[in-house]
Amino acid sequence: MLEIKKLSYSVKENNDILKDINLKFEDEKIYVITGPNGSGKSTLVKIIMGILKQTSGEIFFDNEDLTALTIDERARKGISYAFQQPVTFKGIKVRELLDLASGEKNKLNNHCDFLSTVGLCAKDYLDRPIDDKLSGGELKRIELAMAIARNAKLNIFDEPEAGIDLWSFDNLIKIFSSLKNATNIIVSHQKKILEIADEIILLKNGEILAQGKLNDIAPMLENDKCGRLRGENE
Amino acid sequence: MNNIEKKLLEKIADLHSIPSGAFNLRKNGQAVERQSTKDIDIVPKKNKSGIDIIVHPNVKNKSIHIPVIITVGGLNDLVYNDFYIGENCDVVIVAGCGIHNKTCNTSSHNGIHSFHIGKNSKVKYIERHIGEGEGSGGKILNPVTRIYQKENSVMELETSQLSGVTLSLRKTYAKLEDKAKLIIHENILTTENQTAKTQFKVDLIGEHSSVEVVSHSVAKDNSYQEFKSDLIGKNECFGHVECDGILLDKARIISIPKIDAIDNNASLVHEAAIGKIAGDELIKLMTLGLTQKEAEDYIIQGFLVN
Ligand SMILES: Nc1ncnc2c1ncn2[C@@H]1O[C@H](COP(=O)(O)OP(=O)(O)O)[C@@H](O)[C@H]1O
Ligand SMILES: [Mg+2]
Repeated sequence: MLEIKKLSYSVKENNDILKDINLKFEDEKIYVITGPNGSGKSTLVKIIMGILKQTSGEIFFDNEDLTALTIDERARKGISYAFQQPVTFKGIKVRELLDLASGEKNKLNNHCDFLSTVGLCAKDYLDRPIDDKLSGGELKRIELAMAIARNAKLNIFDEPEAGIDLWSFDNLIKIFSSLKNATNIIVSHQKKILEIADEIILLKNGEILAQGKLNDIAPMLENDKCGRLRGENE
Repeated sequence: MNNIEKKLLEKIADLHSIPSGAFNLRKNGQAVERQSTKDIDIVPKKNKSGIDIIVHPNVKNKSIHIPVIITVGGLNDLVYNDFYIGENCDVVIVAGCGIHNKTCNTSSHNGIHSFHIGKNSKVKYIERHIGEGEGSGGKILNPVTRIYQKENSVMELETSQLSGVTLSLRKTYAKLEDKAKLIIHENILTTENQTAKTQFKVDLIGEHSSVEVVSHSVAKDNSYQEFKSDLIGKNECFGHVECDGILLDKARIISIPKIDAIDNNASLVHEAAIGKIAGDELIKLMTLGLTQKEAEDYIIQGFLVN
């Protein structure tokens, strides 16, 4: 279980990127964080992973305070993180990062499974370098394959649907459903992803505006005429 | 051969024993083993040190190994190797030099190579340079490579210098005729106070000739690297140079591009990017469980080896 207590984040130029966030994420559930662009969603999940450090407040993972732990220590405790914008490299291959992610070398069968789950053919991709010769959608799928390979206790996905064009959302939904034995935090604007959430957290201007089931949150999203809360028109 | 020599040979040429194909081993300034085959003649030069390597036309899927090892200090080795590759060949040439110097006297190897590649032939040339041995004596390598490619030939040059060479100056010149294609991959790591300089000059004289240079360098500590390239397009041709450098500590890398499209149908590009390891690459690997140090090493390894 992940618990966030009185968490705030500010930088010199921007005082209140996150304000007094209190949240509990229980095991084996799917949480979707939604809200307008710039509301602090990525900041929040980066703080959970240790990529950013909160200004104040605490994060507990299975009752252990994460505050002093580095990114890699948190990763080894069982937290996985799929980037909104996948990182590219020079000279590192898909196979190698899947090895790192799964903690097993050259398990060809598993690697094929991870890639085919995200709709990629292993033989075309395992030896490809993870660089900008891959399209945005391909990079995003590989990012997802790595997250699956991690087999972590807590999965974080930052806008996993972005850039996944031709590939049907149904597949994406299947992936998240298959991760049911972990805790999943998905940052998303997508209605279909909101529909599979056990709980939705609606952020706005760094604060939790609402929290609950789709039934509770949907009216707020639908009444929002400009589509701001849905991350549109920004 | 003693153990040091065997290990050097493994590192520069992946050789565990004398290979079955054409072979020439040069040790401490002397040719010590030589082997021609029915398709490939290796002939010592009469008036200077070195060999002529003659590959008969239509020879395919053959390899040639010509490693050089130096295990003494105070030696200044100069050698001329000339390759004559017939038409329609497809061969792999493994060269390279390892210096093991445990003395305080500098040893150097100056290998002057020329390649005359016949029509429609394909050559892959792999050259590895390493220095080792705790002595304060320098380990200096100055390879010169001249490449003359006939119509429709392909030359792939893979050159690497991944440890222990205190000073190097690599000069490569190529002249490409119609539809000739040259691909160069260079990987260089310098540490401590080492200096490595590279100079490329390519004359694209043939129609639809092309050259692709990818240079990856990593400079650590106080080391210094310089990369100069000079592409001259004298016909409708294509040239692309990519120089990528990773800097650590107080090291420096300088990239000096020159491109000259004399024929206005020539398309020539030089790209260079030099800087420290990208923060987001480190973060990504750390989210997969590597410590910061492990992530740095992983990125450098991938950058230099792949
Ligand atoms: N280092 C920073 N300095 C100033 N502003 C920042 C910094 N990092 C993020 N922000 C701001 O914080 C807000 C939240 O950003 P982000 O978490 O990326 O939003 P979201 O993921 O919801 O679109 C944005 O207004 C962004 O401009
Ligand atoms: Mg975001």
